[in-house]
Amino acid sequence: MTQTIAKSPEELADIARQARIRILEAVAHAKGGHVGGPYSAADMLAALYFNVLKIRPEEPDWPDRDRFVLSKGHSSIALYSVLALRGYFPVEELQTFDAINSRLQGHPDMTITPGIDMSSGSLGLGFAGALGIALGARAQRRDFTTYVMLGDGECNEGVVWEGAHVGARYGLDNLIAIVDHNKLQQFGWRGETTSERTTPYTGSQLADRWRAFGWHVLEVDGHDIAAFLDTIDEARAVVGTPVAIIAHTIKGKGVSYMEGDYTWHSKVPTDEQFALAMQELGAEKGGGQ
Amino acid sequence: MTTLVPGKSLRVAFGETITELARTDPRIVVLDGDTGSSTRTDIFENEHPDRFFQMGITEQNMLGMAAGMATLGLVPIVSTFSCFIVSRAHDSIRVLIAQPRLNVKLIGGYAGLLAGMTGKTHLMFDDVSIMRSMANMTVVAPADEVETRKALAAIVDYPGPVYVRLTRPNSPIVFDHDYEFEVGKAVVVREGSDVTVFSSGTQTARAYEAAAELAREGIEVHLVHVPTIKPLDVETIVAEARRTGRVLTSEEHTIIGGLGGAIAETLGEHAPLPIKRHGLMDVFGESGPNDALLDKYGISPEKTADAIRRFVGAR
Repeated sequence: MTQTIAKSPEELADIARQARIRILEAVAHAKGGHVGGPYSAADMLAALYFNVLKIRPEEPDWPDRDRFVLSKGHSSIALYSVLALRGYFPVEELQTFDAINSRLQGHPDMTITPGIDMSSGSLGLGFAGALGIALGARAQRRDFTTYVMLGDGECNEGVVWEGAHVGARYGLDNLIAIVDHNKLQQFGWRGETTSERTTPYTGSQLADRWRAFGWHVLEVDGHDIAAFLDTIDEARAVVGTPVAIIAHTIKGKGVSYMEGDYTWHSKVPTDEQFALAMQELGAEKGGGQ
Repeated sequence: MTTLVPGKSLRVAFGETITELARTDPRIVVLDGDTGSSTRTDIFENEHPDRFFQMGITEQNMLGMAAGMATLGLVPIVSTFSCFIVSRAHDSIRVLIAQPRLNVKLIGGYAGLLAGMTGKTHLMFDDVSIMRSMANMTVVAPADEVETRKALAAIVDYPGPVYVRLTRPNSPIVFDHDYEFEVGKAVVVREGSDVTVFSSGTQTARAYEAAAELAREGIEVHLVHVPTIKPLDVETIVAEARRTGRVLTSEEHTIIGGLGGAIAETLGEHAPLPIKRHGLMDVFGESGPNDALLDKYGISPEKTADAIRRFVGAR
């Protein structure tokens, strides 16, 4: 049975491109939702779901599957788009995002959405859940890997560092944390100019913090899919400590006017903005409605 | 005052019982918030070290990790002081345990007024109100060591999240060893005709002693123990309230939203009757010896008898 399907970095980039189209379509249709964070994460999510995770989309609860927890749960639409493209549910269902009675809630709900291994949305908690999955898997002598994606803003939360202590103490080398370090959060701190906003982490500070808590830290460009896949391989080979991959990304990656603009954390595009984004994402090449 | 036979503390009964249950139930694991030497999960660690997980002082993380473990079919028993589970880790419980209905058992130790000279930070007596208002949550407050053992055996096999309220001191024995606990069932402890008293947790022993004292004065208390505050045994509550036509609730807990709140809500809808809530009066706690705390805050057996006497006399 299909578990992973090897795709080239170019193919994965095209899947991420299609996911970005679906993300903006869903947000525009719902007239609400996050865009910037989903776009910074899209390349990595495509790589994980199409090339890394041992999963069975036709059997979402397959007991031996790798687990993935989107701890930055407000980027749910990115995960839903990739899950749909991977075959967990019809891509048409993405149009129900945030609608009443939808399986595609604003933040992931493990009780209703195929492929969601852990509910999340209150920042930092998905990470704790993922640590529990990894520790429980070890207790049960099970052989899968747990992946968890956090935001850099999410790393403001104290519970992240509570978990970082405990994950390191237990040497959870069956867990890989990916920090989507897009350098922005919803509002953040005022920067040099009035339009610039920042997180508390500049340069290597975020990597240094994870390292200080006892994690094996790797850094990568989260939009360089080939490099990201290599980094995942490197992470999987680490023994005795959990790994934090600090993925340097660009918030809003893929659409020129969104990149690096904190106001696209959560915003609905105008018709003109939507058309421009579709043009830049190559919607005429396929992937959209 | 008539006194009941002394018993062990609920925490010791808890430590012993989970240790015993784990011998035949491989799903059980214990997560400790660095209080195992107090809450007595140390008993479990001694026998099952590979199934005991020290989480350190990371309550929000601990409750989240328990949720993750539960997704694998384990039955995580999470133990620390009630205040740190219910207050400090409230969001973890709400988001990762209650809403997804994960099979995590939350054991709030040192609940109530008698947490050993700790004072306002640790004395947790709004835990039942808070946990009762959370969707999907079951709330259990055993009376003594016997019921603690029976209740733990029952809740390990009861699917979904359960909050169990335990206390620190040695507690008198209310129940015989053939007592059968069932989640969601209230039980008549003493028959009487003058007033129905509903109590829960370790306050039931004090209410029992109060009832024995009042019997000598000719006041016959119909005492009903309500170990499961949610889901409430509505049928029994309504029937036993109607037997005497007036109701007093008594608990080592705030009168706002706990047992008294739950029963007032239920009777208000199903059987409006004169009702008095007895318990802790919208206050924070303080340090002090147990007897002094029980007296000052009005829930000692004597003060409980006073409350019942006043309520009956006022009618």
